[in-house]
Parts: sequence; C-alpha cells; structure tokens
Amino acid sequence: MADGRGQVRRRLGLRLWLSAGWLTLLLLAALLAPWISPKDPLAQDLFLARLPPFWMDGTEPGYWLGTDSLGRDVLSRILHGARVAMTVALVAGTLTCVIGAALGLLAGFLRGWVDMVISRLIDIWMAFPPVLFSILLIAVIGPGLGAIILAIVVIDWTRFARVVRAEAMAQGAMDYVASAQVAGRGRTGTMLVEVLPNVLPLIVVLLTLEMGIAVIVEAILSFVNLSISTDDPTWGGMIAEGRTSVHQAWWVLVFPLITLFLTVLSFSQLGEGLKDRFDPVLR
Amino acid sequence: MRNLSARVRGAPDRLLRDVSLSVAPGEVRGLVGESGAGKSMIGKAVLGILPRAVEVLSGEILLEGTDLLRLAPADRRRRIGATCALIPQDPLTALNPSRRIGPQMTDRLIDILGWSRTKAQDRARDLLAEVQITDPDRVLRQYPHELSGGMRQRVLIAAAFAAEPKLIVADEPTTALDVTVQKEVLRLIAGMQARHGTALLFVTHDLGVVSKVCQSLTVLYGGLVVENTTLRDFFPAPAHPYARALLAATPKYTDPGSSLVPVPQAVLDGVQAQVVAADRGWRNG
Repeated sequence: MADGRGQVRRRLGLRLWLSAGWLTLLLLAALLAPWISPKDPLAQDLFLARLPPFWMDGTEPGYWLGTDSLGRDVLSRILHGARVAMTVALVAGTLTCVIGAALGLLAGFLRGWVDMVISRLIDIWMAFPPVLFSILLIAVIGPGLGAIILAIVVIDWTRFARVVRAEAMAQGAMDYVASAQVAGRGRTGTMLVEVLPNVLPLIVVLLTLEMGIAVIVEAILSFVNLSISTDDPTWGGMIAEGRTSVHQAWWVLVFPLITLFLTVLSFSQLGEGLKDRFDPVLR
Repeated sequence: MRNLSARVRGAPDRLLRDVSLSVAPGEVRGLVGESGAGKSMIGKAVLGILPRAVEVLSGEILLEGTDLLRLAPADRRRRIGATCALIPQDPLTALNPSRRIGPQMTDRLIDILGWSRTKAQDRARDLLAEVQITDPDRVLRQYPHELSGGMRQRVLIAAAFAAEPKLIVADEPTTALDVTVQKEVLRLIAGMQARHGTALLFVTHDLGVVSKVCQSLTVLYGGLVVENTTLRDFFPAPAHPYARALLAATPKYTDPGSSLVPVPQAVLDGVQAQVVAADRGWRNG
C-alpha cells in the first residue's frame, strides 16, 4: 500500500498497538503484582530511605526505581498501585458507560417525555461542581474502592448520556430508520438493531476516555487522601507523598506521575484507534 | 385514503385538509405540489411513519378494505411491513451504514413473512439481478459505503419490491440523484412496477417525471387536493387554474430560451381562498 490512505492506516495502527501494549502491560502488572514485585510495597526500612533509581550512585540492588522517605520500594508500589487504578478504570468506566449510554440512547431515540425527564436530569446534574460533589459523596459514604467507583459513576454518566443522546437523535432522523420501521421493525428493535450499532463507535471512544478520566479521578481522590485506606499504595497517594520530598528524592514523585500520564494517554489513544477500526465509513 | 386531516399537535392549522386519493392495483399515481404542500406527509401517513409531533385528526387510510388507523400499533406495523414499502428520497442515508446489504434486504422477509434465511437470500439475489446489479452475491456482503449512489438506489428499489408489496410509496426517488442516473432509475422503477403489478404512489415535484411514469395524478396545494385526475385528461387541459399554472411554470426542453413563468398571483389568491374555505367548514364542524 503505497498510496496516502494506506500510510494513514499504518500510522493509526501504530498508535493503537502502542497504547494497547502499554495497557496490557499495566493490566498484567496489576494482576501479577504480588508475584512480580521485587519487594514488599509496604515494608519500611529507614536505613534504605530515599535510595535513588538504579542508574545513579548510592543505590541498593533490587530497588530499581529507588525508595521513598520511609524506605519503601517505588517500583513495587507502582505495580501494586496499578491494581487500584485498573480496577477503577475498568469497573467505573464500564458502569458509567452502560448507564450513561443507555439513558442517552433512550432519550435520543424515543424522544417525548422520556427525553424530557432524562434531559432535565442531565441539566440538574451538570450544575453540581464535580470535584466537590465527589468529595462530598465520599465523605458521606466513607472512603474505599467501592465509594470511588460509585462517585465516578454517579458524576460522569451525564458525559455519556449527553453525547449519545445527540448522536441517537441524529441517527434516528436518517431515512434508514424510517425504512426499517416501514419494514415492520418495532421501536425497541429499531433502537437496538439499527441505531445502536451506529452509535457504538462513539460509545467506545467515550468509554476509553472515561477509563482515563476514572484513573485521574482516583489519583486526585487519593492525592487528597480520600481514596482507599492509606496503607495500600495508589499512584495518587504516591504523588502526594513524593511532593513533600521532591527536592531530596524527585523519583518518588516522577515515576508514578509518568505512569499515570502514560496510562491516561494510552486510554484516549486506544479510543481513537478503535474508532478508526470500528467505523465502517472511515475503514 | 379518505378525508384525511392531520396537523402538528397543538397547532391551529391543518397540514392535510380532507385529503382523499386512491391508488388502484397496478396503477402509478403521481402526487405533486410545491414544497410544504404535504406530499411527503401523505406518503408518511400511509406508511405509518408520521413524525410524533403530527397527529391525525380524522379520516381513514384503507388498505385492501382495512383502515390502518384503526389497527393497534403492533398490528399496523406488521400489516404495513407485509404489504407496503418505501423507496426513499436520499439513497445515501436510507441504508444503515453499519449493516451489510444482505441482512438489510432480508430482515422483513424473515421477520414479517417468516421466510427461511436461504429463501430470503435467494429472493434478494434474484431482485438485485433484476435491477441489473452485476454481482449480486458480492453486493449482498458489502456495506452501503462500498456502493455508489446509483447502486444504492438500485438496492433500495430491489429491497422495496422484495416482499411483493401491494403498495409502494416512492418519495422523490430521483431528487437526490445525478441527472444522468435519474432517467435510468425512473425507467427501472417503472419497469419493476409494471412487471410486479404493484400500486405505486409517486411523490414528486417534477411534472416531467409524472408524465413519463404515472397514469394518474393528484395535485396538492397547502394540504388540499386541488386536482385528482388521470394523466390523459391532465396534460392537455388541467381543470383547476392552479394546476394549469403549475403546468405552465414547468420549463420546456423544446424552448430553453423561454423564461420561467411564475404561478400568477391571482391564481395563488384563488387557491388560498379555497384553503381558507375548507378550513372554515372544518372549524364549524
């Protein structure tokens, strides 16, 4: 394929594979964290505090990315932090997506009073400042993994509902929907068989974006110490701890930050890549 | 269709004003009028796909003696699915972009008529061949975006005839097409209609098209039927002044230099008065 189109496809493919590769790696790390971590992520050893990463002077073997001010291994903590991050990304992302997209599809396709109710609900929801809302929510139901996931779902479903509603409305006005109805398809059938597949690429992109957002939200919440119990390592918690000692031991802050950044970037790029694969018109 | 009236929910004026027209088996009836006269609305009413905001006030839509408006929604849907079909205006949006052509053509045969998959597929293949598509098997497996506009319109025509419907509504089927393809598609529709003996309601604003494919026509103004006649009677001398003016306003290929003749204001006033008169009767009644 020497033509321009072929080259574009190849470049998009690379993006898809890089991001999918990083996320797979992270998923494996999350699943296998207890076995592949070089050290115990909770073990403190003040004699080994603030060891630098492996290429600098004064390291100890086995502590690849150095240690924090309590002597805990940074690499092991990042690996264990991936468990929380990936759980939140997958569970909260999927739940938000399913609930938001379903409501958006119903509102956009059925219109009428269903649309009225859901749209007003979205309007009201979006008037709440999201960060305050989530902090409030967690303050009420108490910290924990379930609480974080719930907070993300409760706040972010509108993101899906709004966009999916608009797209479902646009698709619903197309002639093929009228044709399907003349051909005897009922409203539910039309919605699921005709409209949903055409909204799906959009939902997939939103889903991956949402997973990235979920990772960030979890990091923010653990940064302000509202995430799961403080002992368990999370990226946000590590960044918060690393911030206080950034002048003496920058690696405690920088490595979780890079991981977080790459993860969120990968999620959004994965979405873009999948969209190009999914969309029959672009394909 | 008898005395059909409809309006936008809550609006004071009617969109369709006691419209009556009929299409006999094997007949092609043209439905002409200006933009907004209610041509497409009539087609949609027959097929049960009126926008939700439009409500039918009175009248009946008789299909082989059954009033479609009296049927429960689910029955009406099955009834229409089994006996009516639509050839839509814009072939680019009338096929679902994310489904292959095959299932889109066979859905109705399988779901409504209860055919087997293989039988439905054979049928779709035969029809694609009938609309002169060279490689039906390949087209059945393709997605709409892989076909040209003309090809898609052929597919839609084939799909419309798939269930041997009693009535087909063609909603300006050539408007969105390139002029060079238009004639071909018209000939195709006319040929298919003649072979299958289907009643065809042909919605258009082009009297030239009407003269080529229709046997009778209905002229609509402001949701009011101003003329209901056969083609033979219409073209030499339309009875209604508005219809006459409409015919005079059609550009003539034989005399391209002649300027366009607008419909005279007096004629418009006249037909408008007729609309008002029709509404007066409605309000009192």
